[in-house]
Amino acid sequence: MVNTTIDLGRGLVLRNPVMTASGTFGYGEEYADFVDLSRLGGIIVKGTTLHPREGNPYPRMAETPSGMLNCVGLQNKGVQYFIDTIYPRVKDFDTNVLLNLSGSTLEDYVIGAEMVNELEKIPAIELNVSCPNVKQGGMAFGVTTTGISQVVSEVRKVYHKHLMVKLSPNVTNIAEIALAAEAAGADSVSLINTLMGMAIDAEKRKPKLSVITGGLSGACVKPVALRMVWQVAKAVKIPVVGLGGISNATDAVEFMLAGASAIEIGTANFIDPAVSAKVASGINDYCERHGFESVADLTGVLDA
Amino acid sequence: MTKQIADFKLVGKQDFGRSVLLRLQAGQALPDIQPGQFVQVRVDNSPSTYLRRPISIHDVDFQKNEIDLLVQQVGEGTRHLAQTATDTFISMVLPLGNGFTVPEVGEKALLVGGGIGIAPLFYFAKVLKERGMNPTLLLGGKTETDLLRLVDYQQLGETFVTTEDGSSGEKGFVSMHSVWSKRQFDKIYVCGPKPMMKAVAKLAAEKDAWCEVSLENLMACGLGACLCCVEDTVEGHVCVCKEGPVFNTRRLKW
Repeated sequence: MVNTTIDLGRGLVLRNPVMTASGTFGYGEEYADFVDLSRLGGIIVKGTTLHPREGNPYPRMAETPSGMLNCVGLQNKGVQYFIDTIYPRVKDFDTNVLLNLSGSTLEDYVIGAEMVNELEKIPAIELNVSCPNVKQGGMAFGVTTTGISQVVSEVRKVYHKHLMVKLSPNVTNIAEIALAAEAAGADSVSLINTLMGMAIDAEKRKPKLSVITGGLSGACVKPVALRMVWQVAKAVKIPVVGLGGISNATDAVEFMLAGASAIEIGTANFIDPAVSAKVASGINDYCERHGFESVADLTGVLDA
Repeated sequence: MTKQIADFKLVGKQDFGRSVLLRLQAGQALPDIQPGQFVQVRVDNSPSTYLRRPISIHDVDFQKNEIDLLVQQVGEGTRHLAQTATDTFISMVLPLGNGFTVPEVGEKALLVGGGIGIAPLFYFAKVLKERGMNPTLLLGGKTETDLLRLVDYQQLGETFVTTEDGSSGEKGFVSMHSVWSKRQFDKIYVCGPKPMMKAVAKLAAEKDAWCEVSLENLMACGLGACLCCVEDTVEGHVCVCKEGPVFNTRRLKW
């Protein structure tokens, strides 16, 4: 029997290292016909902001080689709506439910975090300082060390549970951003958010996305994500949660070998809505096959 | 309504030139499927196709556990799908979205289809006929060969036709057909290109008739998670895949 438990610290203990990435799994309910949620380490619900947002106009998606671009733009009904309407539906799921919190001002992040801190069954926030699709979608905070220090330290003052900070890959040196988040009080970092990209319809001579640029995700980003996880894991002492193009258990194991303590499945949920549970059991099989008694032992054991 | 992901065996194909009818057989009993719902099909062996393709359900045979898809080749994904060899297994997620609202007994229903948009109206007309209602169909295409399976549609109800070149039926668009001035309908259902659906919706509004349209916005997940396929409605942006694809036109900001 392989021990699959992953302890990310400050009360966030996962049954196994597999979580579903924000914005790709709804509130879990959308996937309940395909996945037994109790077989997941956690689900991270849609990016939520203090105030409701309508998001960007249609079209918001373009398929790309082995991936896709999106520019949804943080469409959500706000933190209060989550508390009143969504939380009662998800709080008793037999898995960790994490809330992905985004904002456009420091104050929005702090007030939102204070409100979420009161939700007994939400053990962690994934702080989104890296949404590329809205003008003040937090990415301004996520691309400089001073910006990330500021938002993480202010949220840390009011949020007393596990604080995971989701990093943008759209930076020159992601390790120094991660170090700044760690120094400001993050309990873990998750990476990568989407890579900024663009798609053009040559026949129409028009951009394919309503706001021209969007975030790239899917299998095509995996090598970039893996490299960044490796760089960050070498730099920080807090746990690293790896994501970016993970489509199967082997991909997930690679992220753990590169230094991730847990992983998130994102765009792959769109292609196989049952993939997350399959990845969880596949990691287990890998450990049995290679004689690992604990999934946690995979973290960072890359023979390099 | 339980959704499922399953491999279906391609047991039959009928070629219509640019379009093809795919008959797909499930290995187990089909779930309940409403007319107007759709499937998300995975396209294998197409390097440029990453996401599933949403395709409307053309017909269902619950005795044989078969689903028919009428697929028009519009890009690489649908081209590969159309070229799939029989006996190949194809992964589908289904049934997705909400179907058409079934009319009340005694109400006169008009089903309006344009181009490949006629596809979901087949199963809908069949269900209505089985329930003893007599749907009227109005089908349009650019030319005669666009009117796929016209003879089969005609078995399901009185069928009117328009073509833009006049090669079959009345010349022009479906919104110009003379049936609009001759008959009254209680419920109008439309599927086709957006300009055509808007034209029919406008016509319906002028006649104060109830009208549903089936949208086909670009989508990724098909489950209401990714929020890519949104349509602007009176309630704001809503997902076509989950809230639709069928919408009452009163909800839309057309």
